[in-house]
Amino acid sequence: MLVCLFLGIILLDIFSKGFSSLSWDFISQSPGDRMTAGGILPAIIGTLWLTLITTLFSVPFGVACAIYLNEYADASALTGLIRSSIRNLAGIPSIIYGLFGLALFVQALRLGTSVLSAGLTLGLLSLPYIITTTEEALKRVPNSMREAALALGATQFESIRDVVLPKALPGILTGIVLTLSRAAGETAPILFTGVAFFISGVTTSVNQEFMALPYHLYMLSTQHQSIEQVRPLAYATAAVLILLVFLLNTLVFYIRYRHRSLD
Amino acid sequence: MSLKKRETTDRLLKVVFKATGLITIGLLGGIFFMLLYNSMAFFVRIDPIDFFTGSQWNPSAQGGYSIFPLLVSTALVAVGSMVIAIPLGILTAAYLSEFAPKKLQSWLKPAIEMLAAIPSVAIGFLGIVLVGPGIASLMGLQNGLNALNGSLLLAVMALPTIITISEDAIKGVPQTYREASLGLGANRWETLFQVTLPAALPGLIAAVMLGLGRALGETMTVLMATGNASALPHGFLDSIRTITATIAIEMGEVPYQTTHYFALFAIATVLFLITLVVNLLGEYFASRLRKFHS
Repeated sequence: MLVCLFLGIILLDIFSKGFSSLSWDFISQSPGDRMTAGGILPAIIGTLWLTLITTLFSVPFGVACAIYLNEYADASALTGLIRSSIRNLAGIPSIIYGLFGLALFVQALRLGTSVLSAGLTLGLLSLPYIITTTEEALKRVPNSMREAALALGATQFESIRDVVLPKALPGILTGIVLTLSRAAGETAPILFTGVAFFISGVTTSVNQEFMALPYHLYMLSTQHQSIEQVRPLAYATAAVLILLVFLLNTLVFYIRYRHRSLD
Repeated sequence: MSLKKRETTDRLLKVVFKATGLITIGLLGGIFFMLLYNSMAFFVRIDPIDFFTGSQWNPSAQGGYSIFPLLVSTALVAVGSMVIAIPLGILTAAYLSEFAPKKLQSWLKPAIEMLAAIPSVAIGFLGIVLVGPGIASLMGLQNGLNALNGSLLLAVMALPTIITISEDAIKGVPQTYREASLGLGANRWETLFQVTLPAALPGLIAAVMLGLGRALGETMTVLMATGNASALPHGFLDSIRTITATIAIEMGEVPYQTTHYFALFAIATVLFLITLVVNLLGEYFASRLRKFHS
């Protein structure tokens, strides 16, 4: 009951105060007048860029790793080590991923502070979640389907590509969308890897710095020189951010619902 | 495609898939090595004993590299959040799995998932605009950005984790246990507290550990809501600054490869080791539960 109460309080407070300053201009314009007016378009674009790069990196990698674990790996010590690495990766604080991204992508690989570095860092952070959820989805595919494919002369890879993956697709998709909704709301890993408080125009290439919704909210609510003045903007940004995350979550419910009714 | 070609593809992809698995081990190793390497550079310059026993974190002044106040701050909010979240989380889980009607369950579960999905900056923002002023007016303080505020918010953030895992643990207790207890004349509450919860204990501990791991590693919420004072705190109403918040604030400002820069890696290493131990403990209890069920 209390949990619902918390959720209710959070939503009520942010939406009631956020929607009053939310308008089409707010979403479609760049910030102006030293951040006290205008909109959040560059932050929305930045978050989309970031999520795109995170997806491109972590989804193929994560799904491949899950396929290995569920379809190929035997119960050896090595497999155990891989599994425990993944569990421990999931437990590492996000700020430490930020440090790792700074040391690896920004400095060692010389990608600089850019949307590419930040996206790769978030990709690393998302990996363990994608692997775990994908493996769960693969596990639910009945073994008889694999055996049938093999018996018809398919190689193991063909059976995975043509039979197992299509069957597990809804489960894999829900895992990916949930992970991305979490990644889109993360702030700590992008702090040192490429986010900026203000850029002129919108991000157009992967080597540029970018604005992001969660970071924008953080700066507006703590670091701005006239905090009280921009409070309505902060509320509206929070409302947009939460709406975005909820939209992704609703998508997940929808996929699950569709899938359940298909079964 | 010829059979030979198909078989080559098959073998090749098997290697690719296996490589991704090996890379995850490399990733964990890489993170640990990166932290350790940079910490070494720090401990060459600063005595580890001073690092752990000093009382000041004030890198702009000479010699102010002590993790102690940060560690106390981190422990304070994390323990505070657990004091709130453990009873609340376990009771909610017990209610959900033992008493709640099916219909309510199907509404509560998505609500809990939604709560888990709210970004930490949004929670931190609420700490500033809602919880902070609330605490300030209740306690008669200047501002409400302190450890208590952080604990409340972290409790809300740890709740979904604790509820979900505890619920699985409680559901996993065999029905026969409950029936035996009820058959001996215990009522539903006695059964819950004296039979079901003790039987689910390893799972509950695992839930708490994973929740604690989340609270320890959380950055944005504590950064925004706890006031950022790196002095040694004396209680829940003091402003504090955790390890995570210190890294988040100072990393953007320090010059590359200075003592201060390496110091931030050193405190990150300490945080990494703490969360690793907490997570491994959680893992250990979770695996005990699995053995118990099989």
